[in-house]
Amino acid sequence: MAETSTRRSPLAGHADRLAAATLRSAGALRIEEQPFRTHLDLRLDPSGPGAGAFAGVVGVALPVEPGTTAAGTGVEALWLGPDEWLLVGPPGTDGELAARVHAAVGDEPVSVVDVSAQHATLLLAGPRARDVLAHGCSIDLHPRVFGAGHCAQTMLARAPVVLVADGPDAIRVIVRSSFARYLADWLLDAATEHIAAGA
Amino acid sequence: MTRSTTQPFRLPAGGRIDRSRPLSFTFDGRELHGYHGDTLASALLANGVHHVATSVALGRPRGILSAGSAEPTAFVQVEAPVAEPMLPATVVELHEGLAARGLAGRGRLPAQPDDTRYDAVHAHCDVLVIGAGPAGLVAAAVAARSGARVVLVDEEPEPGGSLLGTTDVIDGRLGADWAAEVAADIEAAPDVRVLCRTTAFGYYDHNYVVAVERRTAHLGAAAPAHVARERIWRIRARRVVLATGAHERHLGFADNDRPGVLLAGSARTYLHRYGVLPGHRAVLTTTDDSAYTAAADLADAGVEVAAVADLRPGGPGPAARARAARRGIAVLPGHGVVAVTGEQRVAQVSLAPVAEGAITGPARDVRADLLLVSGGWSPVLHLYGQAGGRLRHDAAAAANLPDGCRQAVTVAGSAGGARSLAACLADGARAGRSAAEAAGFAAREQVPPTRGADQEAPPGADWLVPGVAPRHRSHFVDLHRDVTIDDVLGATAVGLRSIEHVKRYTTAGTGNDQAKTAATLVARVVADALGVDVASIGTTSYRAPYAPVAFAALAGRDRGALHDPVRVTALHDWHVEAGAEFENVGQWKRPRYYPRPGEDPTAAVSRECRAAREDVACMDVSTLGKIEVRGPDAGVLLDRLYTNMISTLKIGAIRYGVMCRPDGMVLDDGTVSRLAADRYLVTTTTGNAAAVGDWMEEWLQTEWPELRVYCTSVTEQWATVALVGPRSRAVLAGLAPGLAVAAADFPFMTWRETVVAGIPALVCRISFSGELAYEINVSAWQGLALWEAVQSAGGTRRITPYGTETMHVLRAEKGYPIVGQDTDGTVTPQDLGMGWVVSKKKTDFLGKRSFSRPDTARGDRKHLVGLLPEDPEVLLPEGGQVIAEARVPRPPVRALGHVTSSYRSAALGRTFALALIAGGRDRIGGRLHVPLDGSGGPVVPVTVTAPVLYDPEGARRDG
Repeated sequence: MAETSTRRSPLAGHADRLAAATLRSAGALRIEEQPFRTHLDLRLDPSGPGAGAFAGVVGVALPVEPGTTAAGTGVEALWLGPDEWLLVGPPGTDGELAARVHAAVGDEPVSVVDVSAQHATLLLAGPRARDVLAHGCSIDLHPRVFGAGHCAQTMLARAPVVLVADGPDAIRVIVRSSFARYLADWLLDAATEHIAAGA
Repeated sequence: MTRSTTQPFRLPAGGRIDRSRPLSFTFDGRELHGYHGDTLASALLANGVHHVATSVALGRPRGILSAGSAEPTAFVQVEAPVAEPMLPATVVELHEGLAARGLAGRGRLPAQPDDTRYDAVHAHCDVLVIGAGPAGLVAAAVAARSGARVVLVDEEPEPGGSLLGTTDVIDGRLGADWAAEVAADIEAAPDVRVLCRTTAFGYYDHNYVVAVERRTAHLGAAAPAHVARERIWRIRARRVVLATGAHERHLGFADNDRPGVLLAGSARTYLHRYGVLPGHRAVLTTTDDSAYTAAADLADAGVEVAAVADLRPGGPGPAARARAARRGIAVLPGHGVVAVTGEQRVAQVSLAPVAEGAITGPARDVRADLLLVSGGWSPVLHLYGQAGGRLRHDAAAAANLPDGCRQAVTVAGSAGGARSLAACLADGARAGRSAAEAAGFAAREQVPPTRGADQEAPPGADWLVPGVAPRHRSHFVDLHRDVTIDDVLGATAVGLRSIEHVKRYTTAGTGNDQAKTAATLVARVVADALGVDVASIGTTSYRAPYAPVAFAALAGRDRGALHDPVRVTALHDWHVEAGAEFENVGQWKRPRYYPRPGEDPTAAVSRECRAAREDVACMDVSTLGKIEVRGPDAGVLLDRLYTNMISTLKIGAIRYGVMCRPDGMVLDDGTVSRLAADRYLVTTTTGNAAAVGDWMEEWLQTEWPELRVYCTSVTEQWATVALVGPRSRAVLAGLAPGLAVAAADFPFMTWRETVVAGIPALVCRISFSGELAYEINVSAWQGLALWEAVQSAGGTRRITPYGTETMHVLRAEKGYPIVGQDTDGTVTPQDLGMGWVVSKKKTDFLGKRSFSRPDTARGDRKHLVGLLPEDPEVLLPEGGQVIAEARVPRPPVRALGHVTSSYRSAALGRTFALALIAGGRDRIGGRLHVPLDGSGGPVVPVTVTAPVLYDPEGARRDG
């Protein structure tokens, strides 16, 4: 694990404003950065032996249904494409997780690339979370359609994002770190009425 | 009858206005009073104000023709509290302090920017119902009860549609009260949304409907600032029910534009909804039985209805005839209005028997201050047309009716031609059920009881009432655009046959109201003039928006800082603190230079250049695109994508490479580092990062799926700091004590994994300046820490941060091209003087075959060369044309090429430029010219040189 005392997350400067918005919403909305999560971009043949051995060795099965996620022990897999997943783990687990993947896959061609610092993760939770996202996301986020266990690569406002439904009232937004400030500003703006409604 | 002293035409009771909430407003500077629940139009009529506006072309006084959004004449400029141009008074909800003026034709945009909040929301539903009249409400109720996700939109402030302006009874209650109850029930269902004050204005493919909700304008100055004034709804529906009702039509008679001419159904609405009598003594002219109900209701409320001129020779059906007879209203079958007098307000109406376009008997003059008109009803099918729906003309209904649509849409109620309330309710229930069932829900029709339909006479198809004068100069068909029947006949007389051409020739239907009350009339005039059936005329194309929408609403929050994403690196805050001037590179903000107090841009760039050439300087180059290419066939892929050989690269080494398109033109350039046997790190230009990634995926997925390669963008995983200058080695040695930095240990074009300032790093020895230089890559989380460590590593000798402008100068002095600046998609590597980067050994790569085309071997292709202005102080303009002649000759002028880059060089002590010049390499040493300000300006003589102007031997590379 690299030196962590000097590291800085893309939205470190937004923490106060996100917390203030959460507070003002009086329970309507919780919005916060989840910094330093481990994100590995995985490319692998879904029909190969590595994919078969994956669940046993890595601790999570690779979902094959488009737009779905699978949760394992200390790791989660998000379907991004027919042969692409994002593996998500707690902060600092990138090396160990990558080693497990390589152990599962063996000599089979695979690409495991650390993209943790490339992403910022925002959690939107609370009864108004989906309403806030609906200001800038054209896909249907209704729990009937996009409930827990679903993820989607889409646009939120003008930023490409991965959305992950963590529950009926919680959606995670994964965004490229260079877009993170824009998106956080946009979310705070989009929350304007929803925050006031909860006050 | 007692009436309010300040509102002489207001009834003491009745209507949906709240008399306990009086409001004052000003119109044309005059203070007036109305009530909560009024529109501006109803309040003006309550005050006896009919002359509201002036027509655009002819300057004729115009009044209020309708009671809704189809209004063609009563346009006002709202001046306070929020300025808005050109709104129909019939849709402006009255509020305290409203100030408006009648318009003479066109409104004007306020000079001040509109800082009010506007926003947008995406919505999805199983069933979207447009229109909350009787049919729409029943449809929405049936669908909502089925469990479907339902959205119901309606343009009025409250649900009910036509019921708000009648005394119809449904299920034992007044229609308006029934509507309110049903809407409340609908809204209480889960996953249902009822949007009032919401106009669906665009219907696109895949049942994508866009609507605008007016949320706070009716609150006036009390509107909360944090609430969006208007909201754009982007609704995607599995099924759509259009219950958009019908518009009452105007008739073509002389002076049909006088203030006091009012559509009959609208007069009824003013009576029942607003408690307003639009006049004292009325005449009705009609082709439709429905208008008799309006006349009867007005008579019951105290209006003297002097006569009904029914254009149909047989007059009305029995129910309508009985209504008139009970009230002693004279009905004149086969009669029309042949003249209307009264400049500011209808004063007298002349009625005469008419048949087949001629007056057939003596006219009688009837004194009246109100002329009620009904030319029958046009189903509102604008959205249906936008959706791709076909219309057919139904002669019996004297209207266009829906005739099939490729989209999942159902038309219900009077929009589909239903004539009676009972029919609308039944139709709505049917539409609601079929929509819900088609969306996968089990639905049950429930039709609320109401009285049965009247026995009606068929609506008339007459359109033109002859006037006393032979011409039709005051028979208006488009009151908004001042287009008359004569104008339309003029169009057909010069040979126009298509209704679309007539529209464009006359402008009829091009106005704010899109001639909602007059389109059928125009079609009938054209049909008659051409001697064809009106069914063959069709309609003009329906296009969004159905009603005008403010640009501010469409812009929403996409303005100012939120207009477009600003992408920043991990070091951005430091750059801001340091006072950097920024440059936009795509969506990125990159420091352009860091001016010191009192420094102008030239001085700052010059200082930064000297630091890089003579000392040590650093730059944030994190924005360069980075792609990891992994897999057993990674080298094969890169050999095919780049013009030069990549797969021979040794682990630990770096190579510069150029990518071309199949046509042989340069696409991008960058470096490739071999990280492991099956692992490469590719860099791209900042602006092309995404495009190159897509390019790789496209070739892999469509042409070479057999290659075992995966490409992953890692642009933002890494923060990258360039350390440049003769002293950079010493600085790096101090920061990375574990790294052997000597030239022999760490040669040019190699990389090392090490620890820099305590941070794990990948250090590449590459140079975009010709100087000894390194690029240090660390995790983006640690980027700021690295940058700050570099800043303090210089000790007392500060390390100069530099920006993109300095980087451009440094690379141009070395003749390094920038893709997209010195190239434009028509430039080969050979044109750039980089034939060495094109492999002669590889069997194939993208672009190879094009290099054997005769065109890419032409001797007069444009080559990248240097230009030195003979006056070393003159800075050539980038984009400047290069000519052979010392004076600009007469056109056509042959330009030999153009200036692609131009700078002042501290190292050269003069200005210089790069240019693409025809046969440029054969002109080196020669003299050419660059005109500065077009043909009349000075012409600068320049000397053509090789593109590398600084350190052509490459002696500085190792420090």
